[in-house]
Amino acid sequence: MKKVSIAALLLLLFAAPQRLWAQLDVDALFMDKGDLCTGPMYSYSAWKNYWEGTLKRENLNLGTVSTQTIGLMGMYGIKKNLAVFYNAPYVITNASAGQWKGQQGFQDLSLWLKYKPHTWDMGDGKLSVIGLLGVSTPMSNYSKDMLPFSIGLGSTNLSTRLMADYINHNWFVTASATYVWRSNVTLDRTAYYTTSMHYSDEVEMPNATQWNLRMGYRTSKLVAEAVIDNWTTQGGNDITRNNMPFITNRMNATRVGFHFKKEEVLLKPLTVLAGGNYVVAGRNVGQSTTVYAGLAWIFHFAKQKPAADKK
Amino acid sequence: MKSIIQPLLIVSALSLLVACSKGISDRSQAFPALNPAKTDINAGTWKTMLLTAPDEVAVTAPAAPTGPDYTAQINEIKSLQARLDDRGRDQLNYWSAGAVLRWNEITRELVAKYNLPPVNNPDGTYPVPDANNPLAYPLFPFSNPPYSARAYAYISSACYDALVACYHYKKLYNRAAPYNVNNTVNALVPKSDLPSYPSEDATVAGVMWEMMKLLFPGEQAFVQEKINEHLQARLASGANVRSDIDAGYALGRAVALKFVARARTDRAGQAVGSLAIEEQMRQATIARGEIPWISQENPKRPGMLMLFGRVRSWNFDSATLISIRPPAPPSTNSDQFKKEVEEIYNYAKNPTREQIRIAQFWADGIGTYTPPGHWNAIAAEDFVQMNMSEVRWARNLALLNTSLMDAAIACWDAKYFYFNPRPFQMDNRIKTVVGLPNFPSYTSGHSTFSGAAATVLGYIVPGRASAYQEMAKEASVSRLYGAIHYRSDCEQGLICGNRVGGFAVQRGQNDGAGN
Repeated sequence: MKKVSIAALLLLLFAAPQRLWAQLDVDALFMDKGDLCTGPMYSYSAWKNYWEGTLKRENLNLGTVSTQTIGLMGMYGIKKNLAVFYNAPYVITNASAGQWKGQQGFQDLSLWLKYKPHTWDMGDGKLSVIGLLGVSTPMSNYSKDMLPFSIGLGSTNLSTRLMADYINHNWFVTASATYVWRSNVTLDRTAYYTTSMHYSDEVEMPNATQWNLRMGYRTSKLVAEAVIDNWTTQGGNDITRNNMPFITNRMNATRVGFHFKKEEVLLKPLTVLAGGNYVVAGRNVGQSTTVYAGLAWIFHFAKQKPAADKK
Repeated sequence: MKSIIQPLLIVSALSLLVACSKGISDRSQAFPALNPAKTDINAGTWKTMLLTAPDEVAVTAPAAPTGPDYTAQINEIKSLQARLDDRGRDQLNYWSAGAVLRWNEITRELVAKYNLPPVNNPDGTYPVPDANNPLAYPLFPFSNPPYSARAYAYISSACYDALVACYHYKKLYNRAAPYNVNNTVNALVPKSDLPSYPSEDATVAGVMWEMMKLLFPGEQAFVQEKINEHLQARLASGANVRSDIDAGYALGRAVALKFVARARTDRAGQAVGSLAIEEQMRQATIARGEIPWISQENPKRPGMLMLFGRVRSWNFDSATLISIRPPAPPSTNSDQFKKEVEEIYNYAKNPTREQIRIAQFWADGIGTYTPPGHWNAIAAEDFVQMNMSEVRWARNLALLNTSLMDAAIACWDAKYFYFNPRPFQMDNRIKTVVGLPNFPSYTSGHSTFSGAAATVLGYIVPGRASAYQEMAKEASVSRLYGAIHYRSDCEQGLICGNRVGGFAVQRGQNDGAGN
């Protein structure tokens, strides 16, 4: 077991992962040991209004800006209480008006290690604490200097997340808080202005925090939940009046949404998931509406061969 | 298991954090203290831009470096040096890289800050920034490429003339610097034999105060703060006493006023034009049988500085301007034009990552220091290696920047004379990877600026001449990759820019400075 977890950790540190806001790395679910649940996910996100700093506006030269994401996601159970989660998205951006060319490409690979050290019985309910460590890094050398059309922000992120989950007669609540450390980003130009001039192609990215609260109904085969979450950039600058966005912007957003997942749909290994969300408050971001749906197939590896770890 | 994983995660996370320290290295912050290889003590004889004689502005003779008043000035320096803290030392190091250099950088910074097109009014019209009300939206100025080229030109040439006058008096009065007069004054910058009265740093600061009032009138508090830091750092360095500073500052301000007077009458104030003027240009284009330019913004924005082609140039006269006007572009009805549109469509369809890199490297669009600023940055980084005196820095930047303003004038003249449509107007499938400028296509501003800059810099730094021309070619072709210009725009812009640069080179060859 020791070897497996160290290998997983090394993979996590060196192969590395994540987009700004993945969906499934913030729930309290685990896989059985040796099980892999993986499949494609599609999401469509669009906004017409955006916040220029704190000023909400539209821009007739952009129209509606959309982002489509096709991702391969999956979670593998190393142990019953230890899992690896991955996400590899391909992103396509587009504007309905104006002359800007939308971009597309492989965005950031994210990899999370998810570990549940303990669960307490509390009367009829159960309380669990879960720790996650995530890494994400760009899979391609996309341009970071074309916001809002750049497919990502280009930093390598290291995230630590602490989560608590309480479930009682299938009704649950999960809360998590995350700190995201973001590496410097390299631009295609040698100087840029934020609130002062910088003579470098390197950009120091502000870190970010995130919290997520989800509650609903959960059985071993079904999840239906309401979600509210928040992304807050720790520092960064506002978009000045009628300027383009830039990667160092203080991008904040609070979203509300729902998420639904059902296992054993038609076929035993088939899982279906779907959801959506809407930005209710923001700063330097688009007021986007997002819908997504995905399929996943559960593979049982552990049953074919003995577990790798022996204690 | 638990006992291993948890500490391991924490240690890994921490070590990664430590390993990737987030600071960035800024090339400007790393510039060394200016240490001129020669003093250019005879620069008072160099040919000026506007001053009729180097002593046109009188500077009274300094008192002898003896007696109680001078002793008090020495003591002021010593007290500053005694209480120099980290912040003061940082500022001293910053300013010691050179007055002309640092104020050129500050100008670039303000250009970047103000290079934002105003938002339209609710009725679809656009407000025009007002120099008399600079802090009300839309902020004055909108420092777009022609505006910024003009700002760089006036500042550089006013610094140059003021420093020629300054060096004239330095030689005339020949007062030694305090660190050479009194051995208890530390030299916190490289020592020089250049006489210190009037202070060259204060001369530049005085110029900047007057020029910035004109060019960035909403930034007076910021500029005053920078001037205070600059002059304080100069005193603390041991290179100037207060009377050097006072005389230099007054000289700089007085010389700058000549440039302010020129700027107020150079027709830039009328360059914004009007929708009626734009419509006349459009009708004239239609009358010639050509498709006229139309703003592609929504709502339609009046063309940027449509009369900038009539602004008074520096290195050639208005008759010459007409004679160097690029030949007519391919007719919008011609096969050649269709071929050029097709070429851009093909670039736009599927740009390579390298083409996007080049397009964005040279984009210098809104929120940046503009193409003229980019060439100032290129020049400054090369000049830093050359250990030049302040007056030579100013002279070289004046040649560069008057040429860049001339390039803006020549290019804007062609743009609004031919009034040629952009590729996206001709074919809405031509999507761009850089911003689409809101003015006619022919010729390319980037190409004209870059042609001029490469020619002037090639004269100043002959060893880099071919490198500059290569950079100019890349800047030019970047506009094809960006899908906002046709090949004719870029090629003719580059040719015209090279010619414009030649006039500044002629000035340089005859100004007595040598190279």
